[in-house]
Amino acid sequence: MKKILSLALVALIVLSLMAGCSNNKPANNGKSEVKTIGLAISTLNNPFFVDLEAGAKAKAAELNVKLVTLDSQDDSATEMSNVEDLINQGVDVIMINPTDSDAVKSAVEAANKANIPVITLDRGANGGTVVSHIASDNVAGGKLAGEYIVELLGGKGKVVELEGIPGASAARDRGEGFNSAIAGTDLKVVAKQTANFDRAQGLTVMENILQAQPEIDAVFAHNDEMALGALEAIKASGRNTLVVGFDATDDAKAAVAKGEMAATVEQLPKEIGSLGIQTAVKVLNGEKVENMIPVNLQLVKK
Amino acid sequence: MTMNKFINKLLKNKPLIVLIITSVVVSVLNPRFSTWGNILTILRQTSINAVIATGMTFAILIGGIDLSVGSVLGFCGAIAATMIASGTNVFIVVITALLLGTAIGFLNGTLVTAGRLQPFIATLGTVTLLRGIIMVFTQGRPVSTGNTDASAFFGKIGGGFIGPIPVPVYIMLLVFIAAYYILNHTRIGRYVYASGSNEEATIYSGINTNKVKLFVYSVSGMMAALAGILVTARLGSAQPNAGVGYELDAIAAVVLGGTSMAGGIGTIAGTAIGALIIGVLNNALNLMQVSSYYQDVAKGIVILIAVLLDRKQKLLR
Repeated sequence: MKKILSLALVALIVLSLMAGCSNNKPANNGKSEVKTIGLAISTLNNPFFVDLEAGAKAKAAELNVKLVTLDSQDDSATEMSNVEDLINQGVDVIMINPTDSDAVKSAVEAANKANIPVITLDRGANGGTVVSHIASDNVAGGKLAGEYIVELLGGKGKVVELEGIPGASAARDRGEGFNSAIAGTDLKVVAKQTANFDRAQGLTVMENILQAQPEIDAVFAHNDEMALGALEAIKASGRNTLVVGFDATDDAKAAVAKGEMAATVEQLPKEIGSLGIQTAVKVLNGEKVENMIPVNLQLVKK
Repeated sequence: MTMNKFINKLLKNKPLIVLIITSVVVSVLNPRFSTWGNILTILRQTSINAVIATGMTFAILIGGIDLSVGSVLGFCGAIAATMIASGTNVFIVVITALLLGTAIGFLNGTLVTAGRLQPFIATLGTVTLLRGIIMVFTQGRPVSTGNTDASAFFGKIGGGFIGPIPVPVYIMLLVFIAAYYILNHTRIGRYVYASGSNEEATIYSGINTNKVKLFVYSVSGMMAALAGILVTARLGSAQPNAGVGYELDAIAAVVLGGTSMAGGIGTIAGTAIGALIIGVLNNALNLMQVSSYYQDVAKGIVILIAVLLDRKQKLLR
């Protein structure tokens, strides 16, 4: 009798669990006006992507579309399953923020096969057909940093560029933007070396540069980790140099607030999510969309 | 007596009851759940965990555990992807990966028997060790299988169909059948149950339980390697963090299937149902658009209920 009771208990709990969870009843079989957009997000365990989702959610509410977010938990196999589930659920557009550009290929192809348009956010896909890719404009961000250094130095001086991992698109684009901003001014890049986006390497590379260069007015690092490493080297040398980083990490923002770093470039994840929904709605309305949509960045300074 | 028999029978089917109730409830709430396409999706998604859980069933049946399965999956997947990318024949790749997984399992078994380590501790060591080796080997970057004919053929193992059914589903069924046969119709299978129920008595009856353990951990390693092949083939790339946490889903499937963590009691059919329960839950919670934070809460509750019932079952004995 006790056993039967426990069985009944299981049944009850499973039942109430399911009932409790289905706060949105599937009234969308047949003809529903509200379109559904699926979002497979790489992780909801990182503030950047939580913000991205929040931006998408807010825009979805504003434009009266339904957003279904599934968390890939930084696992490509989970991402694959999530996209399959979104397809089976019959969503109208799938937005993917890939865990990895290569591994997402099969997921994009599965959506293509089901004739559901795919939009990628923040990271691209190396395969399948994607109607639009929305990501931070790293070139514009590098330019922003370059222009700020030009402004602070009055258009004249010697600068050091600490580069990211050679070949990484973020390193390439940030460098390109920075160099285009200082082109035509009297700013000269006296040293340009990679520190692989790494704080410890930023420190040692900067130490070496400080030894070699008697005069340095500013440092632009392709990310905050390298900027903070360089800052340590500069502090130890007792010299005074402007440092501008990229990413607006908490450490970097604190350094900017203390006046140790001049600035850092901040990405706008909410804007990425919001633009994702806008683009998805355009796709649903049959409008043409750009296949690459850059998102602006902003400068964090004291 | 008859009442007892009836209760025992009911208890044996308990996982099935949970699966049926869950499926019925979900199909009522969301008609899309019970479509043919979605059922195939669930089966394909379940196949990876089901294969790992089959190996895990062996380990748990002898009263042990294998925490290293996720790392074995990641390691063998990375090796397989590298070999495919370098143009090695697909069959050679599959066999190498399986042998590698078996060898790692054998190593786990050696640590447990010759090294006299608790299985939990031994495999806790290998889980970290192997993950480190994966990172060194891949330099922390994903390994793509490339865009060759060989990689396309390899991809069929994870993403292809034979008739209307996905290939991994066939593989899962073959694994179930083989494991069922070994556990129920071979001498080594009976030794597995015997050493799990009472190791000392088994030793006194002249059976070398160390050999049984080596066999069991080798099977578990081989199954994890097979799952690694399935994941890598499906994604066309091996991720350095592939398989992290997969041991937990596998253990959950085994326990949900009614296998006792103390060893000696359990069936492959139970594990199959346990893996399906987890697959159905994952899929259903997604279809019903439950936030991922709540999904973990729901899964945790289901696992806890299963463990509580497992405890009751043992008290009954």
